[in-house]
Amino acid sequence: MEHQIVKQAFFKSLPVMAGYLVLGVGFGILLRNAGYGVLWAFAMSAFIYAGSMQYVGVGLLSGGASALTAALTTVMVNARHLFYSVSMIDRYKDAGRYKPYLIFALTDETYSLLCDGHAPAEGDPDRYRFLVSLFNQCYWVTGSVAGSLLGAVLPFSTAGIEFSMTALFIASFTEQWLTARDHVPALTGLCSTLLCLVLFGRDRFLIPAMLLITLVLTLLGRRKGAAA
Amino acid sequence: MRSAVLVAVMALVTMLLRFLPFLIFRKRTPAYIAYLGKVLPPAIIGMLVVYCLKDVTPTAPPFGLPELLAAVCVVGVQAWKRNAIASILAGTVLYMVLIRLAV
Repeated sequence: MEHQIVKQAFFKSLPVMAGYLVLGVGFGILLRNAGYGVLWAFAMSAFIYAGSMQYVGVGLLSGGASALTAALTTVMVNARHLFYSVSMIDRYKDAGRYKPYLIFALTDETYSLLCDGHAPAEGDPDRYRFLVSLFNQCYWVTGSVAGSLLGAVLPFSTAGIEFSMTALFIASFTEQWLTARDHVPALTGLCSTLLCLVLFGRDRFLIPAMLLITLVLTLLGRRKGAAA
Repeated sequence: MRSAVLVAVMALVTMLLRFLPFLIFRKRTPAYIAYLGKVLPPAIIGMLVVYCLKDVTPTAPPFGLPELLAAVCVVGVQAWKRNAIASILAGTVLYMVLIRLAV
């Protein structure tokens, strides 16, 4: 029984394994190139556990950002987690002792695995979801630590590895574009940010961009609501 | 020490964002929040794409060409294979090759 649920959770988590190992390794190398070794890689992957934010975080650490900038950037990059949580309120309502970890570990990938609500017919569904979440974080931490260790011994230059973060976002943008019927939100994000980049310059456009995106989408939503 | 503070801030804010909805919306989710939950994620991804490319200078050599070609590669492989790992790997390797050719 217990063996069954562990096995099913493991199989469910398999699609995420390759991704987290590769992206984790990329993060570990990047962090090492910025001058932060394996303990930093482990701590960030264990306690922050948010892929895109950790990539952005490397820039914050090496660029000497203030705590306030770090906090605001985290709010913006991770704001989408508010909405993942919103949609899981019902599902995790009775998860009991698993609930805190289930909420803590709700990354994009874990959300995408668990948001369909499917769970094995037998056994405790909360334990199953807990195991899926835990396996995923194990892959991520393993990848980060391995990348950090590898980065120290790789015989060739890893310059350009930072493009993996850009590639990650372009890939999710493309995937969303291909699956979504309504392209207005994606275009709003792209155009508002470009506009703010031109208006405010590359050092201070993120906060205005976030505000503009929220404003435009709110107005568009009102309009749609009024029309319907 | 300063770096440890930054990591702690990032960790705490991330946790706060994940836990907050569970603390506030115990009964039901307001329609506006549900709407934002649907439209904000793709918009934020668009924002992050621009953020990653903010340091590209199209007016001076290599005119942002490595970024452009690698980005096209990611879009192409993603549309073809529908596999994020394949497209990220292809784009990153291409970019690493291109910046070595450009210098």
